[in-house]
Amino acid sequence: MAEIGRLARAPQAWPWRTSVTLLRAAIVLAALLSWQMLAVSGLLYRDVVPPLPEVGVALVTLLSKRDFYWNLWFTIDEIAIGLVLGGVAGLVAGLVIGSSQFIAKAFEPYLYYLGPTPKIIFFPVMIMWFGAGAGSKIAMGAASCFFPIALSVAAGMRQIDVVLIKVGLSFRANPWQMATKIYLPAMRQPVINGLRLGLGVALIGTLLAETKISNRGLGFVVIDAYNAFNMPRLYAILIVLFVLAIGANALITRLGGLDEIKQK
Amino acid sequence: MSAAAVTARRWAPPLVGFGSVLVILAVVEVLIRIGAINHYIVPLPSEVATSLVRVIFEEDILHRFLITAWECLAAGALLTVFGVAAGIAFHQARLLRLACENWVAAMASAPLVLAYPLFLVLFGRSALTIIMMSFLVGLPPVILKTIEGLSATRRVLINVGRSFKLTPAQQFWKILFPSALPTIFVGIRLGLMFALINVVAVEFLINFGGLGQLINDLAERYDLPGVYAAICFVVLISVVFFVLTERTERWLRSAA
Repeated sequence: MAEIGRLARAPQAWPWRTSVTLLRAAIVLAALLSWQMLAVSGLLYRDVVPPLPEVGVALVTLLSKRDFYWNLWFTIDEIAIGLVLGGVAGLVAGLVIGSSQFIAKAFEPYLYYLGPTPKIIFFPVMIMWFGAGAGSKIAMGAASCFFPIALSVAAGMRQIDVVLIKVGLSFRANPWQMATKIYLPAMRQPVINGLRLGLGVALIGTLLAETKISNRGLGFVVIDAYNAFNMPRLYAILIVLFVLAIGANALITRLGGLDEIKQK
Repeated sequence: MSAAAVTARRWAPPLVGFGSVLVILAVVEVLIRIGAINHYIVPLPSEVATSLVRVIFEEDILHRFLITAWECLAAGALLTVFGVAAGIAFHQARLLRLACENWVAAMASAPLVLAYPLFLVLFGRSALTIIMMSFLVGLPPVILKTIEGLSATRRVLINVGRSFKLTPAQQFWKILFPSALPTIFVGIRLGLMFALINVVAVEFLINFGGLGQLINDLAERYDLPGVYAAICFVVLISVVFFVLTERTERWLRSAA
């Protein structure tokens, strides 16, 4: 599952380069053109596919209003707290599970099989536990990202080269040195990949929860545009959301050096 | 090592794992009974267990399960057909692949399910919205894994095909496709998992259809033990589904 959604830079030989760029431009242009034609053709109900200029105007309006940034900040806040809580819990759980075969056999199946269950169904319970405000959304984010992070860290612990650990031990490294000089550097890739997967699901968990019950955050902006049947605005906010999510994913991949490691 | 010791080593970890779950549930039960945890926030585990039976019989769970299963199956069929076809197209047309593969990968990292209000407008509050949404979310892994499987065909196999002077079509159906099949199935399995997760999620969010709606219904009725029981049921279903597809994949890999 780890490979899915990782942005790899395609190997580009020079002669392909210009034609690839041309093809991309052609595809984008064709998509925009057919969109516009569909919009003005009147085949669909009015506003279901709004004309491009309307979406453009909605995008500019959305981005120029202050309340968008207020909602954005609110959502980022929730996701960040959820990611820290779920991430730290996942890191600890992963380290414990990865350190012992016995513990792994006893508890890892639960994480492994609970990981790919739909987390949003826990939302009614989260509301009961943490209230309808930010608490339940943070809990959704934390519960979502806990599983991929814990599983990645546990797998990361196990794939460390035994030689590296022996080198550390023969240098008489203390536990702190072992952790910072041997374990964490050797586990960098799986840990960052877990974080990348965790961010993805935390984002979905938090935003979906916001569309269900909330009065602020980007998820609320989405459902509010739907309730007002403001389609240009709905398209605009979705475009912004996707760009932000894809950007965050690419940023973690780049900062974590995941593509460099992959190429080695 | 004696046979008994081997058996003990094998069964000790799962027993400890399962035992810990039972102990945690027992502790929660006691904490609620002595009032340390509010009974109106967390129902008694024993109450949840009895509610499970009630929910199964009174809420027509079989019917709801079939609705959810049907939606999953429809989304699964769609993403298998379109995902594998798109993957093959990308693999055959190198230029198209160079242009679009990163877009597909980017699509996989976007929270597509957030577009469900848009799908509500396009397809109405119906099973079609749920199916199309889940299809879209499950699509990227199928496409990416199909490309990956086809490109990873061993050079030797391709050369064998060449030395038999296979036509391009024969080369594809006799060499490339069979060799890629296990990887393609990994993609389909991932796609199906995403589809199941999203079918239940969208059902819950738009309050329509099968098991997802049941949880929403019970929550709105404030039937707390029922909600917990229904959640357990859905988790159970997805675990069974996960195990089944994983077994199939392992079987396919060993057969290949």
